[in-house]
Amino acid sequence: MSIPVGSTLPTGAAPDEPGPGALAAPGDTRSARTRHLPRLGVGGWVSVGIIVFAVLLAIFGPLVRPYDPNQVSLSYANVGPVGGHLLGFDGAGRDLLSRLMVGARSTLLGAALVSSVAVAIGSSLAVLTAWFGGRFDTAVSSGLDVMFAFPGILLAVLAAAVFGPGLLAAGLALSMAYSPYLARVLRGAALKERAMAYIQAGEVQGFSSWWLCFRHLLPNISSLIVAQGTIFFGFAVVDLAALSFLGLGIQPPQADWGVMVSEGKTPLLQGYPLEAISAVVCIVLVVSAVSFLGEKLQERPMDVQR
Amino acid sequence: MTHPALLRVTDLTVRLRLGEQMREVISGSTLEIGAGEAMGLVGESGSGKSMTARAIARLLPAGAEVSGQVDFDGTDVLALSGAELRAHRSKVAVVFQDPRAHINPVRRIEDFMTESLRTIDDVPKAEAARRAAYGLEEVGIDDPAKRLRQYPHELSGGMLQRVMIAGALLSEPRLLLADECTTALDVTTQSEVMAILDDLRRERGLSMLFITHDLELAGAVCDRTCVMYAGQVVETRAADQLHFDPLHPYSAALVQARPDITSSAHRLVAIPGRPVSAFEAPGGCRFAPRCPHVTDACREDEQSLSELDGGRVRCGRSGDLRGSLLPPVSHA
Amino acid sequence: MLAFVVKRLVMLVVTLLVASFLVYGSLYLAPGSPIATLTGGRAPSPQVIAQLNAQYHLDDPFLVRYWHWLVAALHGDLGQSIPLHESVSTLIGQRIGVTASLVLLTSLIIVVIGVGLGIIGALSHGTIDNGVLISSTVSAAMPAFAAAVVLQFVFAVKLPWFPALGDGNGLLDSLHHLVLPALALAASSVALVTRVTRAAVREEMEREHVQTAVSRGLPRSTILRRHVLRNAAIPITTVVGLTIASLIALSAVVETAFGLNGLGSYLVQAAQNKDFAVVQGISLVLVVLFVVVNTIVDIAYALLDPRVAIGSRAQ
Repeated sequence: MSIPVGSTLPTGAAPDEPGPGALAAPGDTRSARTRHLPRLGVGGWVSVGIIVFAVLLAIFGPLVRPYDPNQVSLSYANVGPVGGHLLGFDGAGRDLLSRLMVGARSTLLGAALVSSVAVAIGSSLAVLTAWFGGRFDTAVSSGLDVMFAFPGILLAVLAAAVFGPGLLAAGLALSMAYSPYLARVLRGAALKERAMAYIQAGEVQGFSSWWLCFRHLLPNISSLIVAQGTIFFGFAVVDLAALSFLGLGIQPPQADWGVMVSEGKTPLLQGYPLEAISAVVCIVLVVSAVSFLGEKLQERPMDVQR
Repeated sequence: MTHPALLRVTDLTVRLRLGEQMREVISGSTLEIGAGEAMGLVGESGSGKSMTARAIARLLPAGAEVSGQVDFDGTDVLALSGAELRAHRSKVAVVFQDPRAHINPVRRIEDFMTESLRTIDDVPKAEAARRAAYGLEEVGIDDPAKRLRQYPHELSGGMLQRVMIAGALLSEPRLLLADECTTALDVTTQSEVMAILDDLRRERGLSMLFITHDLELAGAVCDRTCVMYAGQVVETRAADQLHFDPLHPYSAALVQARPDITSSAHRLVAIPGRPVSAFEAPGGCRFAPRCPHVTDACREDEQSLSELDGGRVRCGRSGDLRGSLLPPVSHA
Repeated sequence: MLAFVVKRLVMLVVTLLVASFLVYGSLYLAPGSPIATLTGGRAPSPQVIAQLNAQYHLDDPFLVRYWHWLVAALHGDLGQSIPLHESVSTLIGQRIGVTASLVLLTSLIIVVIGVGLGIIGALSHGTIDNGVLISSTVSAAMPAFAAAVVLQFVFAVKLPWFPALGDGNGLLDSLHHLVLPALALAASSVALVTRVTRAAVREEMEREHVQTAVSRGLPRSTILRRHVLRNAAIPITTVVGLTIASLIALSAVVETAFGLNGLGSYLVQAAQNKDFAVVQGISLVLVVLFVVVNTIVDIAYALLDPRVAIGSRAQ
C-alpha cells in the first residue's frame, strides 16, 4: 500500500473492519436513541461545527457575500481591513471576505464530487471483487496494482496536459487515483462480511447475488465507507487546492481557496499576506476537521443493524 | 524434606491499577521454596497465582502497589532497583505460557538462546552458540545447529516451548518460575515437555515454582503444593498428602473436580458458584459462599493460616473436618 | 528470500511496462494534432506536414510508435521537446539534480525529526509526549503548499533568514535555498512518521517477548535496541519509505511554490504548454522512481520481517 498524493494518511487509515463489539462501549450510559451516534468528544463536535459552517458557506456564501467577489478596483490593491471590508482587499483590489465566502463552494463541491466518484468506484470494485472472487478478483486487483504506480498529483498533471487545465480533468484524475486505495480497504471489509454465515445462509436460500450485495453486504460495510469517504474528502480538498495552486485546477479569476493561495503568493512576498494566509487557514481548518472526524468515525462505527 | 529456604514470600499483597481504581489481586500471600524444591502453585483463573510469580520476578505491570516481603537468598527483592534488580531477574528464570508470543518473532532462535549469555555474562559468540546448541540437545531437539539458524515461526509450539526452557536454563538460574508452561500445548506434547522440564530441574537441583490449574500435574512433578483462592494461600502441604488428605474444603473440592481413573467416583463434583478475585471477595472466609461446610462463624471471621500436620491451612474448621472432606475411597 | 525478491522485481518490470504504456497512451489521446503545436497554428503546406510526420513518425500506427518510444527511452532517449527543439533527456538531466536534492534533504528531515520525535514521544510521558503529539497534529494539517506559503512569509519575508525563491549557486547557497522547500515538503509527512513511530514503539513495548527480555534481567538499553526498536523498525521503515515515495510527485508543488527549477515544476509548465514529449518523459521518470522506491520498501520489509518472505513463498 502507499500513500495517496499530497495528503497525510491518518494513522488509522488501514482499518481493521470495525467489529460489532465497538457498537456499545462498556459503560455506555447513553439512551438507546443516541447510542447509534458515534461518541465524538469535544474535538469531534468542534470538527462537526467547522464542517457545518463550511457547508453552509458553500451553499449560501455566494448569496450572502457582502460585495461582488470579482469587482476589481486596482486603487484598493492589497489594502488591509477598512470599514465594511472586514478582511480588506486582494492584489487586484477585490473584496477578500467575499472571495473567501464564494470560494468555499468550488473548493467543497469539487472535493465532494471527487470523493463521491472515488467512493462509488472503489466500493463497487470492492463488493464485486469480494463477491465474485477468483479470476475476476485477480484481474481487477492486478489492474489496481498498476494504478498504485501513479501518484495522484502525477495523474492529475497528465490529465491537465491531455484535456487542458480545469476542475473536470483534475477532479476525474483524482477520483481515478483514489479509487484503488478505497477499493483495497473496502475489499478487505467486504471479504470478511462475505464470509459471514448470514450471507451464506442467504445464498443457500436462493436469494440473488444482487439482493444480498445491495441489501445486506453493502449496508453492513456502510460505516466504513462513510468513514473512508470522509477521510478521502479531506485528501480531495488538499489535492484540488494543490492543483489549483499549480494552475492546473480551477482557473482564475474564479474565486476558490486554492486559487487564492496561488494568487496571494506574490502579494505575500511583498509583505501583504492576508489573502494567501486567510485561504490557507480556511483550507487547513476544513481539512483538519474532516480528517479528525473521519478518524473518529472509523474508531466508532455508527451502524446499528448488527 | 528439609530444604533451606531459597525464597520466602511473606504476607505479599498486590494491588493493580485498573483505570482510576486499585484492585487487590493478592492478599497476604505467604509461601517459601527450599533450594532444589519444586512447589506447585494451584488455583483457578484470577486466584492470583500468576501475579505471585510476577511479583517474585518483579514483573508486575506499571502502577502496581506491592506490600509484604519477598526474600530471595537473603536479598529483599521488593527493595531492589537498577543493576541489582537485573541481577536478581537473571537468577530467576521464567518459562511463560505462550512461547509464540514470548519469543521475539523476528530474531533467530540463536539470538533468543544466547542473548543473556552474551549481554550479561559477556560470553564470546562462538562459545555462546556452542552452549545454546548443547542446551537444545538437552531438551530433546534434533539438529540444533539448524534450529539455531531458524526463526520462531518455523518451529512448532511444543518445540518452541522446549527452546524457551532451554533458554531459561542456559543462564544458570537458581529458581525457575514456570507459568502454565504446558497449558497451550496439546496433550502428548504436554507430557513430553513436562518430563523434560522435570528431569533437567532435578539434575541441576534447581528450585521451581510451578504454576498450574491442574492439581494432579502439580502433584506429579512437585514436592509440595500450594493452593490459592481469591488472592490468598489457603493450603500448603506436601503434594501427595494434599491429594489424599486435603485440609481445606477448597483443596478437597479441587481434588474431586478432577477426573481420576483410580477412584471409583463416577461423577465429577463441580464446585458450586463461581471463582472470585481478591478485590470482589466477601469478608470472613473468602470461600464461604461456595463451601459445603460453611458455618456462621466462617462468614464472620477473617481466617488466618495456621500450621497443621506439617502444612499450613487457612480454615478454622480444618481440625473438625479433617478426614471427612473426601468421600471414602474404595478401589475397584 | 531470493524468490521473493525475484518475484517483486518481475512485478516491478510488469508494472513499469503497463505504466509506460498508460503514460504514452494517455497523451496520444489528447485532442488537437501535434502538427498544430509544431507550426504554432499557421496553416502549413502539405509538404511541410509530410516532412514533419516523417520526422516525428506521426504516420506510424500507435503500437509501433509506442514501441519506438519505449526502446529509445530504454536507451536514454526520451525524444524531442517540440516547442524547445531540445532533447527531453537533456532537459531532464538539467533539472533532476534539484529534485533529487530536495527529496533527499526532505527524506533526511523526515527520518531524523519524524522517527526521532516519535521515539522520544513513545518513551516519555506527560509534557514531552504531549508536546510531540500536539506539534505533530498541527503539522499534519499543513499541506505542502500551505506550509510553503506560511514558511515563506515567516522565514523569508518577516525574518529574512532564507531566500523565498530560486535555486541558488554553489553547494552551500543551493542548500540554503533548499531549506524552506524541504521543510514545507516534510511538514505533513514528518507528522505522519512521528505518529506511526510513536504508536509502533508503544505497541512493541507492550509485547510479551519484551517482557521475556525484561525477565532475563537485560539492561533497558539492550531491550530497547534489540527488541523494541528492532521490531518497531518494520512499520516505521514501511511508512518512511512510502512517505518518501510520495514526495517524488509532491515535489512539483513545492518546486513551483519556491520557484525551484526541478523536474516537478517543469512537468507542470510542460503540461500547461502541451509539450507532450516532456510530459511523457518526466512522467515516466517520476513513475519509475516511485515504483522503484515502493519495491525497495517491500524488499526492506521482507528483510526486516522474516515471516513475510516465508509467507510469500507459500503463496
